Formats: sequence, structure tokens, C-alpha cells
Amino acid sequence: MTRFLVRRLAHAAFLLLGVSLLAFLFSTLAPGNYFDEMRLNPQISAERLSALRAEYQVDRPMVVRYARWASALLHGDLGFSFAYNTPVAPLLWTRARNTLLLTGTATVLVWILALPLGVWSAERLGRPADVALSWATAVLLIIPDLTLALGLLVLAVRSGWLPTGGMVSVGFDGFSAAHKIRDVALHMVLPVTVLVAAALPVLLRHVRAAVAEALEVPFLRAAEGHGISRRRLLYRYALAAAAHPLIALFGFSLGTLLSGSLLVEVVMSWPGLGPFLLEAILARDLYVVIGGVLLSTLFLVAGNFVADLLLYWADPRIRSEAAGR
Amino acid sequence: MEPVIRVENLVKRHAGRGFGRRAPGFTAVDSVSFSILPGTTLALVGESGSGKSSLALCLACLERVTAGQIWFEGRDLAALEEKELRAVRPKLQLVFQDPANSLNPRWTVGKIVAEPLLVQARIAKRERDARAAQVLERVGLSAEYLERRPQELSGGQRQRVAIARALILEPKLLILDEVLSALDCSIQAQIANLLVELQRTYGLAYLFVTHDLRMAAHLADEIAVMSRGKIVEQGAAEKILRHARCEETKSLLGAASLAPEAIAAVRER
Repeated sequence: MTRFLVRRLAHAAFLLLGVSLLAFLFSTLAPGNYFDEMRLNPQISAERLSALRAEYQVDRPMVVRYARWASALLHGDLGFSFAYNTPVAPLLWTRARNTLLLTGTATVLVWILALPLGVWSAERLGRPADVALSWATAVLLIIPDLTLALGLLVLAVRSGWLPTGGMVSVGFDGFSAAHKIRDVALHMVLPVTVLVAAALPVLLRHVRAAVAEALEVPFLRAAEGHGISRRRLLYRYALAAAAHPLIALFGFSLGTLLSGSLLVEVVMSWPGLGPFLLEAILARDLYVVIGGVLLSTLFLVAGNFVADLLLYWADPRIRSEAAGR
Repeated sequence: MEPVIRVENLVKRHAGRGFGRRAPGFTAVDSVSFSILPGTTLALVGESGSGKSSLALCLACLERVTAGQIWFEGRDLAALEEKELRAVRPKLQLVFQDPANSLNPRWTVGKIVAEPLLVQARIAKRERDARAAQVLERVGLSAEYLERRPQELSGGQRQRVAIARALILEPKLLILDEVLSALDCSIQAQIANLLVELQRTYGLAYLFVTHDLRMAAHLADEIAVMSRGKIVEQGAAEKILRHARCEETKSLLGAASLAPEAIAAVRER
């Protein structure tokens, strides 16, 4: 077990190092930087500008900057935002929290819907109910997320039932606690709906395929022959036998918690990482961009790591394999 | 003597797959009738695709039949609801062809063998384990195998585990679907002898599904030859071997020409 853990962690650390290096390299090699636009501003003198450039060390060679940034990172320092003139970490954290609220809710909902629906569908594979559901998910799959988001926004504007953007209403600070929760929840409905609609068809199809395949495996047919109840067969045996691809998918949904909703956030003006990173990219706010990339990667790596642990726990074959090596 | 199972005019039609049901179905089992007496073996012999495995699945109530009756313990299984079937299933167990995938690779042998008990009745873990050890011993595996996992066992040992699992519910009829064909020759003989011994001890009835006429002749009292979903020839094993009438039976005899008894039988004609 320790060996398995250590190997996985070393893997993750190596991956993070690589991603940080590439992110740094690409964002530095791209032409222009945050201070270039200031040259056009007549109110800022050339001397002031070069002083600023020196202060933020934009004029130093890339290798030196990477080394300094990386050593700071080891102390938990993600660097400084040019635009906000404050450390990156707290900035990122506030936005990441909002994003996680959105994606966390959506992910939980998607799994709650996809598991029983997928099993239900797999049980009646090829029958009209299953075929109908397959068509429904196919249609949902075809509609681009953006179209769906815009369509829902139009509906919300026309009907006036739901808030159409942002995370809180005007005067939020004066609300009571219950009112605050209600307000945020109402604002979440649209973006969460889009996220669920985007993720559900794919996951549903995977669950359906995995369970349908598991139901054909002879040891499940044997259990059926022993007189196992339908419910137990489907939810205990078949889901367990289908666990491999599902656990990998679960790791992936954990991994995309930070990066999966960026577009939707921008369209729905949700104050999460999406609009924040977009703005930072456009402004060439270097350390914010790299911090965002790194944080997303960290989630992806952590998601995979969790999936590996779950697989290890769920399947004795992997356990004996890891022990044997 | 009352037969353990009596099948009458059983039909299994597979519906055509595809949207709008345009694809034509095909008839896997076409109006088949037979019965098996307690303590005897009926071998169902046929080439692959002859419908014998479909028939086995229907008898094990893992596939619904399209028409016909399966009389077992005074009831027509074909007409029973899923819930009523659950009470009957223990008495009628299926052993699959390949033990590599008929045993859950995540479980220990002890759990695999005791699982049918868990499914059927609320029995304390200690008693389940005791019963599992007992039935394992019956198939020639010591209690030390309880903690092993299927992939640590040889093919023959796995098939013994599969047989033990089928036996633990004390069935009257075992449906053996090509149980020897995934095994090596030397192991085949061992398992075949085990089956004969178990039949004597428990008075089990077997439906022995195989494509191997030689093995069928060795194990069965009666042989039914299937082709394209129908039973084309049926009778005492001896008689079928010596006086095969149908082309299908003759070609199966040809395929089993390695068997000395079969060669002798063909020469005698």
C-alpha cells in the first residue's frame, strides 16, 4: 500500500512540475506583457514604467523568474497579481470557492441522476424505454452547452422567474441568513442546470454501457440463477462489477471541478474562476494565469489520485498486483 | 418414476434487434420436449449455434421462454412470475462453461461458494462458512481454499468451485452448460468422474449440454441431438452411438472420431 501511494504521489509531483514549467514557458514566450499597454498611456512616464518592470522583475531572464517563482511556490506563495496588486493565492481562492459551489452541486446532481437512470436503462436494454432515453441523451449531447446556456437565459429573462446572472442579488449583505441561502440557490439554478445537462448524457451512457456489459458476465448470471433479488443484482452486484470505468469517470469529474464550468461562468457572469481567468489572460496578468492553470491541474491530479485509491480499495486484483511488484 | 423436469414444446424466439423491430427474429429453440428422471443424465448434444445453450438458459430461468412449458416440482416455470421463481431457483442450478468468468474475481472462494445461501436465506456467517467448507470438501477442495481468490486457482479447481457453489443450495437438477470444454483433457476426466460421483451420492439429475458426443456417451443415460433448434434424434446413449440415424448425429460422431468407443461404434454399423 505504501509503495503504491508513494509511486502515485511521485507521479503527481512530477506532473505538476511539468505543467508549471510549461505554463510558465508558454505564458512568458507569448508576445507582450502586462506593462506593454501602459506605454500607450501618456500619464505614465518611461522611467516610472521601467521602475515598475524592475519591481515586478519582468525584465529578468525567464529562467531566473521561474526559479524564483518555483521556490516561492514551495512556500505556498503563488506570486503577485499585477492587476490587483495583491498576492495571487487569496484572489484565486475566493473565485475557486464560488466555482466549487457551482460545480460541486452539479457533480453531485449528475451522479445522483446518472446512476439510477443508467442502471434503469441497462436493465431494459434495447426496449422502447431504453431507446427513448438514448434518443433523449443523444439530443442533449448534440446541443452545444453555449446554446443551452443562452436559451435558458432567454427563458429566464422572458419569464422573470429566475435571476439571470451573478451569484447574489443587490442588497445581499442586508439579507437574513435564510434569505441569503435562498438567494444564492436561486442564482445557482441556471448555471447548475446547464452543467448538469452538459455532463449527464455522457455519464449516463457510460453507466448504461458498463452495467449492461456487467449484466452479461456469467458470474452475475449465476447470481441471478441463485434467486437474487432484482434490486440487489442491479445495485450491489452489477454496479460493483461495473465499478472500474465508473470510478475512473468519478475521478475525472472530481478533476474537472475547477475547469469544467469556466465557459458557463463567463456566460452567466458567475463570479468564479471563469471570468477571473479570462480577464487575467486578456490582461496578461501572468501569475494569476499560471496560478489558475496550476490549481486546475492540481485538481485533475488529485481526482485521478482519488480514483486510483478507490480502485485499489474496490478491486483486490489491483491490490495483489501492486503488492506483487 | 416421476421425472424431475419435463419440458413440453419449448420455443425460444429471439426478437430482432434494431429500431422499429424491422430486423427479423430467429428461433433458437423450436418446439423441444424431453424429460429427465431423478439420478439420471440427459446429454444435449449439438454443434455450436444449434440452440442447446439457449435451451440451457431457458431451463435455468435466465431467459424467458417464448412458448411451451417447463414442469418442475409440479409447477410450470414458464408461467411463473420472477418473485415465485426465486423460491424454485435453488432446486435448479446452472454451471457455466468457463469458470474464469463465472466466478466473481473480486471475491474469495469462501464468499463465492457461500453466496447463494446469502441470497436465499438469512443464515449466520459462521454457518455459511461451515457449509461452504463442507461442500468444497465434497468437490475435492480442502478448507484452505476458502481464502483464495479464483485467479489463484487452476481451471479445474475453479470449475470445482463453480460446482460447489451450485451444490450448496441442494438442487435436484444441475444444468451443466459445456462445463468440461474449457478444461484440459486430463482435467476433463477428473471433473467428469466428480460429476458421476456426486450424482450417485445425491441422486442429482443432470442436463449435460455439450458438443462432444464422446463425453456425452461417457456421462449420459440418454442423449438428445439438437440441430437448428430442434431435437433431431433422442434415445438411450448406447443406441444413439451405435445406430445413429440422422446426418447431424453422424457428423457429430465424425467430429468425435478420436474417441475409441465412437470409432468402434461406427465400425460396427
